Amino acid sequence: MHNILRKIKPHFEEGGRLHTLYPAYDAFETFLFVPNHTSNRGTHIKDSVDLKRTMVLVIIALLPCLLFGMWNTGYQYHSQLTSGMDGYQEVYSIFDHFLFGLWKVLPLIIVSYVVGLGIEFAFAVQRKHQVNEGYLVTGMLIPLTMPIDVPLWMLALSVIFAVVIGKEVFGGTGMNIVNPALTARAFIFFAYPTKMSGDKVWVHSADSIDGISGETALGQLASLVNVNPLNTEVINKSKEFLGDGLYSLSNSFFGIIPGSIGETSVIAILIGALILLFTGIGSFRIMASMFVGGLSMAYIFNWVAPDTNLFMSLDPLHQLCIGSFLFGMVFMATDPVSAAQTNRGKIIYGFLCGVLSIMIRVFNPAYPEGVMVAILFMNIMAPLIDHYVVQANINRRLKRIKVNE
Amino acid sequence: MKSFFNKQHQKLIADPMGDQNPITIQVLGICSALAITTQLENALVMTLAVIFVMTSASSIISILRNNIPNRIRIIVQLLVVASLVALVDQILKAFLPDASEQLSVFIGLIITNCIIMGRLEAFAMGNKLWDSFLDALGNAFGYGWILVAVAFVRELFGSGKLMGYEVPGFNYLYELGYMNNNLMILPPMALIVVGLIIWMQRARNNDLIEEN
Repeated sequence: MHNILRKIKPHFEEGGRLHTLYPAYDAFETFLFVPNHTSNRGTHIKDSVDLKRTMVLVIIALLPCLLFGMWNTGYQYHSQLTSGMDGYQEVYSIFDHFLFGLWKVLPLIIVSYVVGLGIEFAFAVQRKHQVNEGYLVTGMLIPLTMPIDVPLWMLALSVIFAVVIGKEVFGGTGMNIVNPALTARAFIFFAYPTKMSGDKVWVHSADSIDGISGETALGQLASLVNVNPLNTEVINKSKEFLGDGLYSLSNSFFGIIPGSIGETSVIAILIGALILLFTGIGSFRIMASMFVGGLSMAYIFNWVAPDTNLFMSLDPLHQLCIGSFLFGMVFMATDPVSAAQTNRGKIIYGFLCGVLSIMIRVFNPAYPEGVMVAILFMNIMAPLIDHYVVQANINRRLKRIKVNE
Repeated sequence: MKSFFNKQHQKLIADPMGDQNPITIQVLGICSALAITTQLENALVMTLAVIFVMTSASSIISILRNNIPNRIRIIVQLLVVASLVALVDQILKAFLPDASEQLSVFIGLIITNCIIMGRLEAFAMGNKLWDSFLDALGNAFGYGWILVAVAFVRELFGSGKLMGYEVPGFNYLYELGYMNNNLMILPPMALIVVGLIIWMQRARNNDLIEEN
């Protein structure tokens, strides 16, 4: 492999035929091997963790979510297939679930990577800068936030939008104001709401069966706002959140509920979170403060909830386990580029992310993905928070100087 | 002796269409560009209205410019623009009631269109009739083509129509699973489309990029 690369290298160097494509060549070389060029001026901090390793570690942290998502895709589909047919539930094994999910999820990932990296390469060649590894994570995050039945061309379009508008217009990796993966999701959510919400998209639907519907927990909850709590239909619906109903706390925790591919299982996300925290890539401050923020908001809602609003009065921990709150907290809010940079700023940023997520989710049931909107909003606010944190620090120190005089 | 339509006159018209475009370079008149560009028809009506109001107002102010007391010039300008806008509003109500209903308050808001007041104050107050007329025409067209371009993109991808008519090839696309992009109808997308036009303009002409 290395030999091939070395053999074709002269073509791409100064004077070679394919010199214009040098960034593309460079990207492949540094992706496969450790870069052989070192910085040639000034001092640099040496660390074994470079951008590439960081990105690879995030991918590893995402793997549990991905694998679980594949299994869950198959499981949801097969359980719909066999529902009402006693004795048939055992026909499909874990392996079948997983294979089916793999078959469905793999095209999404391939499209996301091919389209996204294609654009990155085109921009790199055009602007003669290096291709960064940043997209490797974005390209994995985007499919994980999608419902399983999203058409591939929509996915491709949202990837184009995210990479061009979310990232390249600001100057590429490291310059973006908002998280590109969330930009993609927000784009597709507002552009094609029929494919991104409602009760028909979360479980893969076979053509032969009609009426396959898997509502997400949040969608179900959104229908429980402003209702008569004594109505039998309402009681039946709310029962699904208790004991061993479909959306019970344990099911939400393990992730055996319909939802976006990677967001359902709390356990898989926690494994990812541990990897990120242990390697020091994800910010503990952001995760912890966002969790506290979400929890306290959920407690406040739980406390003030009127009888007619079962969404508000949901158990706070349960509230955090459903939807993509935790996924957003671990993988989206901690994005080092678009989050706040100062330590104190990170705490404020995370806390507000959590508060806003739950608030948007509960107050506006039309936007069940409050997490997405909340994190995007806080991305934009992050530089402002940093500015005031730094200013406050400067002022504090200035005061100290005056006292000493 | 100056010719009737010399190089300078050409520049008056050409500049606002390109490198001095009121929307993409000076970023004026953005509000109406966001509000009424969901449909091509609305954008065209708006463009025509602005062309009429702007050229007439510039000409009138240019004729009056030496007789307007400096202290009340803004009020005089406003008065001229407002009466012209009222005229346009009445004409639209009479002959194009549908478009008038859809544009609703935005016809009235032409009064506050920064481009018109800006050109009156910056150009028509100090230049002769013919020059002022051409300057207004150029700026109105510069405003108009951006409006039409944005509306074209937004209506085509947002509702799959042009001027309210179905686009012929689209039914095949729908069968293939194509869907209209709802985001195109929402205001943020107008901003993004305008942004893309700005991007293209700056990529073509490096002089437009400010130095930091």
